[in-house]
Amino acid sequence: MDLMEKNLELVEIQKLEGHTDRVWSVAWNPVSSHADGVSPILASCSGDNTVRIWEQSSLSRSWTCKTVLEETHTRTVRSCAWSPSGELLATASFDGTTGIWKNYGSEFECVATLEGHENEVKSVSWNASGSYLATCSRDKSVWIWEGLEGNEYDCAAVLSEHTQDVKMVQWHPTMDVLFSCSYDDTIKVWWSQGDDGEFECVQTLGESNNGHSSTVWAISFNAAGDKMVTCSDDRTLKIWGTDIARMQSGEEYVPWTHLCTLSGYHDRTIYSAHWSRDDIIASGAGDDAIRLFVDSKDDSVDGPSYNLLLKKNKAHDNDVNCVQWSRSEGDQLLASASDDGMVKIWQVATKP
Amino acid sequence: MTLGLINANPVVQAKKERLVRTQEDQYRDDGVDPLDIYEYVRDIRDPEHPYTLEQLSVLSEESVTVDDKLDRILIKFTPTVQHCSMATIIGLCLRAKLNERLPLHYKVDILVSPGSHADEDSVNKQLNDKERVAAAMENPNLRQLVDECIFSDEI
Repeated sequence: MDLMEKNLELVEIQKLEGHTDRVWSVAWNPVSSHADGVSPILASCSGDNTVRIWEQSSLSRSWTCKTVLEETHTRTVRSCAWSPSGELLATASFDGTTGIWKNYGSEFECVATLEGHENEVKSVSWNASGSYLATCSRDKSVWIWEGLEGNEYDCAAVLSEHTQDVKMVQWHPTMDVLFSCSYDDTIKVWWSQGDDGEFECVQTLGESNNGHSSTVWAISFNAAGDKMVTCSDDRTLKIWGTDIARMQSGEEYVPWTHLCTLSGYHDRTIYSAHWSRDDIIASGAGDDAIRLFVDSKDDSVDGPSYNLLLKKNKAHDNDVNCVQWSRSEGDQLLASASDDGMVKIWQVATKP
Repeated sequence: MTLGLINANPVVQAKKERLVRTQEDQYRDDGVDPLDIYEYVRDIRDPEHPYTLEQLSVLSEESVTVDDKLDRILIKFTPTVQHCSMATIIGLCLRAKLNERLPLHYKVDILVSPGSHADEDSVNKQLNDKERVAAAMENPNLRQLVDECIFSDEI
């Protein structure tokens, strides 16, 4: 299916209102979709210090706010992440703590609060098996936490090699390799040798490796885990790749290399980028627009190149802070979060 | 180490006479007039001294430029000294004041005037990282200082 040949558009399915301040992030519950026989669930977090859980009714197909997680964080909740089992939701807050909430269906209970960062926690990410959690902060450090029995979490590592505020952490989709990106303009890769090894920084992707020239805001991997996209205040998206087969088979770390830079498409900071299961890259930027990119599949060019599939102007009334594709195949639903206080659900559809 | 103010002897301008602006002076019906924006910010009080940013020549009418097509506002301010550690506070005050007054969709970029600060790039980067700005404004001490500076003309 060549997406470029179809005449596609991004259709707004619904606008989710409720937050009373900007919405920073959204996260799809990984185990819920109509295909699973379970209603899709989305979490959103905000400058109003709360997290809202939204659910789509299988009957009416409309989204409603099922519950509000409040009175726990005392400042902005900056990002949230579901554990792979969908049973837990981690919330990262400017109050310096990370909340762990247990999903009891219609209710959520905060079962643990992770403390340790010296100031605002910016991002939280679970590894593929759910055994590790990573957090990062303006205190320049990345922490790795291990889940123990009885809702206890142990700090397994404090990684302090970034020289500035760390904006996001993201575990690789299949391997226990951690990636972080920062106000110091770099992306760092953290890897531990063998089973008992300590995590250490094995690679830094900076300007000298064709990296970004300003704050890197987000990282997203493709489904196969052999490519990633990063977005920056430098108004570019960069695509990076590695030899994933070699990495998975061997004991040695295989470095990531720059494959392609998408420049000239954005004229404000790009806050978010997300790679869908069917290989569409969505970006959310400070010009209120959402853009979709696809691999041009042009064999004449050295390495991959990407084309702009579509640009949705005024997707929101203000900056788009986060874009996230739903996990379920075939759905092609996209959720977005904005400074305008809204969450929106979109669908990619062929123009009539 | 000297205790006390960063700049103990600022140069203070007399308060500029306010021109009464008539309907004809309106720049455009639907756009934003840079002079309107200047009105919002000229009386912000300096964090260290009991004078306005205008009186200290931190701001002037030339500080504000507007791109009507893109709905973007650029403010350049001149800290009183090269090593002014209040530069980021002044930037926060400017944003806080404008947040109240401007329609949502306007984009505001705040920079120090070129050559006016020793850490120009570093200050500019901080002032325009909205996540850093948001977190700073949640700090009660900073928020209080900013509020005192931006509401002083209403006391």
